[in-house]
Amino acid sequence: MLAFTLRRIVQAIAVMFAVGIIAFSMFRFAGDPVNQMVGQDTTIAEREAIRRSLGLDDPVILQFSHYAANAAQFKFGISYQFRLPVTDLLIERMPATLELAICATVFAMVFGILMGVYSALKRDTVLAKLFQAVSLVGISLPTFLIGILLIYLFAVTLGWLPSFGRGEVVKLGWWTTGLLTLSGLKALIMPSITLGLFQMTLIMRLVRAEMLEVLRTDYIRFARARGLTTRAIHFGHALKNTLIPVITVAGLQFGSVIAFSIITETVFQWPGMGLLFVQAVQNVDIPIMAAYLLMVSLIFVTINLVVDILYTVVDPRLRATVGRAA
Amino acid sequence: MTEPVLSVRNLQVEFASRRGTLRAIDDVSFDIAKGEVLGVVGESGAGKSVTGLSVIGLIDPPGRIAGGEIRLAGLRIDNLPPEQMRRIRGKRIGMIFQDPLTSLNPLYKVGDQIVETIRTHLNLSEQAARRRAIDLLAEVGIPAPEKRIDGYPHEFSGGMRQRVVIALAICAEPEVIIADEPTTALDVSVQAQIISLIKRLGRDHGTAVMLVTHDMGVIAETSDRVAVMYAGRIAEIGPVQDVVRNPLHPYAKGLMGAIPTLAGEDKRLVQIPGSMPRLSAIPRGCSFNPRCAFAFDRCRVERPEPQPRGAQSVACHLYDTVPAESAA
Repeated sequence: MLAFTLRRIVQAIAVMFAVGIIAFSMFRFAGDPVNQMVGQDTTIAEREAIRRSLGLDDPVILQFSHYAANAAQFKFGISYQFRLPVTDLLIERMPATLELAICATVFAMVFGILMGVYSALKRDTVLAKLFQAVSLVGISLPTFLIGILLIYLFAVTLGWLPSFGRGEVVKLGWWTTGLLTLSGLKALIMPSITLGLFQMTLIMRLVRAEMLEVLRTDYIRFARARGLTTRAIHFGHALKNTLIPVITVAGLQFGSVIAFSIITETVFQWPGMGLLFVQAVQNVDIPIMAAYLLMVSLIFVTINLVVDILYTVVDPRLRATVGRAA
Repeated sequence: MTEPVLSVRNLQVEFASRRGTLRAIDDVSFDIAKGEVLGVVGESGAGKSVTGLSVIGLIDPPGRIAGGEIRLAGLRIDNLPPEQMRRIRGKRIGMIFQDPLTSLNPLYKVGDQIVETIRTHLNLSEQAARRRAIDLLAEVGIPAPEKRIDGYPHEFSGGMRQRVVIALAICAEPEVIIADEPTTALDVSVQAQIISLIKRLGRDHGTAVMLVTHDMGVIAETSDRVAVMYAGRIAEIGPVQDVVRNPLHPYAKGLMGAIPTLAGEDKRLVQIPGSMPRLSAIPRGCSFNPRCAFAFDRCRVERPEPQPRGAQSVACHLYDTVPAESAA
């Protein structure tokens, strides 16, 4: 078990190193940042001074090792547009994005599993067919369109929910949360639905398919022959076996939720990292773009690692094989 | 004679399909007495398993019991509402399936699965149920049961898993056990152990056992009586030594002729030509007639009904009119 975990961690570090090279190479290929930072009337001498102060005239290898060493300590340099450390900017925006991503995932899991189980157990009911139809919409409509439609309906026409922003937030140390105020909660609803809808339909379809599959297995037939109650069979035996792939997908999707929050955050002007990234792209603010790339990959790699380890917790068979392999 | 524990009368099971209704079980009747083992043999698709499943009420749609009745100690059970039938399953009728490797839920400890079943049917506390589970595991021959009870199914070998399955089937002291090919998926050496275990349990608890198999050796070893099924009907039923030594129905003769014996010299095994008809194309008259060496005109028109002949009962026209001569 320990050897397995260590091996996975080494692999994760290798992946992060590769991403670091890509992130760094953005600095070399995305144009001259100095031109973006200065006005037209800046003299060449002044430009050179800025270039030197930012370390842009050092040899490539040296620049990369500086960059990697700093990145390993979560220092990503100074933002070209804000003239502030990128790390501070990201940390300031992180709570907004994480809160949104977590709410979206919880929404997707809860409704996805409920709808999936329902449509597997009551396959022929009207409601189950409706769920299937809704899930098709959720899978095929692009995120920004859903967001705009929601805003049109609930913010513009009905005026129930705010169309943008986080509402009032409460500071808890460095973390800011919108979960503790009414306006914060209201502001979370539409972005969470927009962001989570795709995952919800994905989970729902997965749960439905898995559940139908599991209900056909021998151990479910044997559980019925043992006279267990329908409830125990469906929710004790079948659902638990269904959850393994669901945990995987939901876990892996959490990374995409954070990455896709770029679009949702733009639509709802949500002050998170995604919006910061979009602004950075518009202003060729490479330190932010590179840091964002590294951070998203770190999240993906970490989630993969955690999901792999969680597997072995849920499924005793994997515990055995992993133990033997180690 | 006392009332049989399990009594099946004129059972018919149908499966609705796109090309019309297929009759998987047609007019099957048999009884099993307390402590008796009834072996059910036949080729794949003869309706052995479907018969077992209809007794325990687990025929899945599109299949349904279309006629006849099933009585458990006098109580009619084939038309019970689902919730009442569920209470009977596992408590009064236990079932053992073919593949022990897939019969247990891989995510739960075997002990939890036994305790869950016990507590579904008997009013016992968690601890009492656990003690009972350990006793059951000991009874089915699992060594160190107090330790193994916390094992997961994948930690047990195939034979041990089938013992766990048997423990699960008998945990509420059922009156009837349906064993659907309980040894088919196991090694030969393990098969013998499982068979003697089922036999012993049936004897010790007075349980009626319906043993479905296609292995005549297993039947000869365990059963008191045997029913030979062909194309959804019982061709012949009777005490096991009579049917094995002196089969009456041509199909039963063919089956017995196909058993290799160690003593048997260089005799070639007899095979029955052809294969069992599909349910959608069961021939008119006796369903066995196209493969039967003794078939005559009447067999192609009129379906033979079961008739007693000594302790046996046989559905064959050969025994209708002039019994002794035509049988020879």
